[in-house]
Amino acid sequence: MNENHYYNAEDLQKFGSIGEFQQPLAEKFFGWYGEVFKDSELSAREKSLIALAVAHAVQCPYCIDAYSSDAFEKGWSEAQMMEAVHVAAAIKGGAALVHGVQMMNKVKEIAM
Amino acid sequence: MTNENKAVLPLQNEKVSMQYRHHKLAEAAVQREILEHGRNGSDTMVPFQQKLSESGLYPLHPTGIQIFQLNVGKVCNQVCRHCHVDAGPDRREVMSRDTMRQCLAVLQQHPEFSVVDITGGAPEMNPHFRWFVEEVSKLNRKVMVRCNLTIILANKSYHDLPQFYKEHGVEVVSSLPFYTQDRTDRQRGEGVFEDSIKALQWLNDVGYGYENSGLVLNLVFNPAGAFLSPPQAQLEREYRKALLDNYGIRFNALFAITNLPISRYLDYLLQSGNYEKYMDKLVKAFNPVAAAGVMCRNTISVGWDGFLYDCDFNQMLDLKVSTAAKHISSFDAMALNSREIVVCQHCYGCTAGAGSSCGGAVT
Repeated sequence: MNENHYYNAEDLQKFGSIGEFQQPLAEKFFGWYGEVFKDSELSAREKSLIALAVAHAVQCPYCIDAYSSDAFEKGWSEAQMMEAVHVAAAIKGGAALVHGVQMMNKVKEIAM
Repeated sequence: MTNENKAVLPLQNEKVSMQYRHHKLAEAAVQREILEHGRNGSDTMVPFQQKLSESGLYPLHPTGIQIFQLNVGKVCNQVCRHCHVDAGPDRREVMSRDTMRQCLAVLQQHPEFSVVDITGGAPEMNPHFRWFVEEVSKLNRKVMVRCNLTIILANKSYHDLPQFYKEHGVEVVSSLPFYTQDRTDRQRGEGVFEDSIKALQWLNDVGYGYENSGLVLNLVFNPAGAFLSPPQAQLEREYRKALLDNYGIRFNALFAITNLPISRYLDYLLQSGNYEKYMDKLVKAFNPVAAAGVMCRNTISVGWDGFLYDCDFNQMLDLKVSTAAKHISSFDAMALNSREIVVCQHCYGCTAGAGSSCGGAVT
């Protein structure tokens, strides 16, 4: 085992093994996960693009690998995928910036 | 610049076949070696035969020949990056009228061969193509032509192909790797999408693709890269909506076909560093149900020179049928129906996921 890094691309293939330590909860999670990504009110294709954006927002390298492949395989173009990443980034950036109002409120509260 | 360098220039443009470029992968034996032992001769991939054995399917036998597939030549107006035939304008292999006559004689003797599937290259570029379609249409079989679409617009002499197909009740199977320009052109060449759309509109104009017209127009999806097809039914819905909304195009069904690691697609996989990962993906997706329904079990494939193969892919790898008689001139239906189908590592392409055949998914 390589202990000099936290992420290993091969670990993604081992995701299913989390059941080794807690099988019932793993089964619930993977069952729910599978249901979530099925064609329903949103298509599996649309869900894949949402997942790609969220993967970037939560900065999960495993999820980015998985949903970059999945979204491309489901027919999204490079430009559409990058726009989805920009949406994630804009929300993350906006989320940081909107706290600027809180900062302003605090400063105004204490400033003369 | 030396003459030698000039000769190499088309390599970058990829407007010619690998055979023309004297590419080592133009040799079937080199491809087979890579497929069996990996690029460094150290491949540890599970042999396809072993996978079949585990599913109780080895040796693989036919279920009865129904589809008589002819590859009438390797000449094509396109040079697609994924082509397993290595077809192109520079190829010279075309089926002769004599060989076609031998095929017609076999078809006459075997009314149980209910489908005649004509492929290429661009089959329409064979000088005897129209004669053959006229003759075979008299035999009361379903006749399919695998049309690359752009040939219809290639020059005036092909403009009447939709009408010709209609007159002979031909089922048209057309490659359209995607419903957007970008992905189609990347795989098939610049301008191919635009011409394909026009050709589809011409086919629609004579009645193809409309329900109840009796004129069947099916489309073929190939992944434009090192990945497998999305589910066929879902993809068909997306194609139907996009083509109708954007271009007013109608079609009957979509076939999702997996790219097999042969010829130019094998070259792409090796050059892009995707070969091992792609093969691993195919092996992991092995589906015994798809394996039981593979097309080689009900198909016989005839090469441009009359030799017989289990499928068009084996044809390109020069893996002839295992029977003693290997040529259309000595066609032995009984022996062929009890033959052992020749399999190799590329066969994983037809058994992955929902399976893949010339008619799309098999499960």
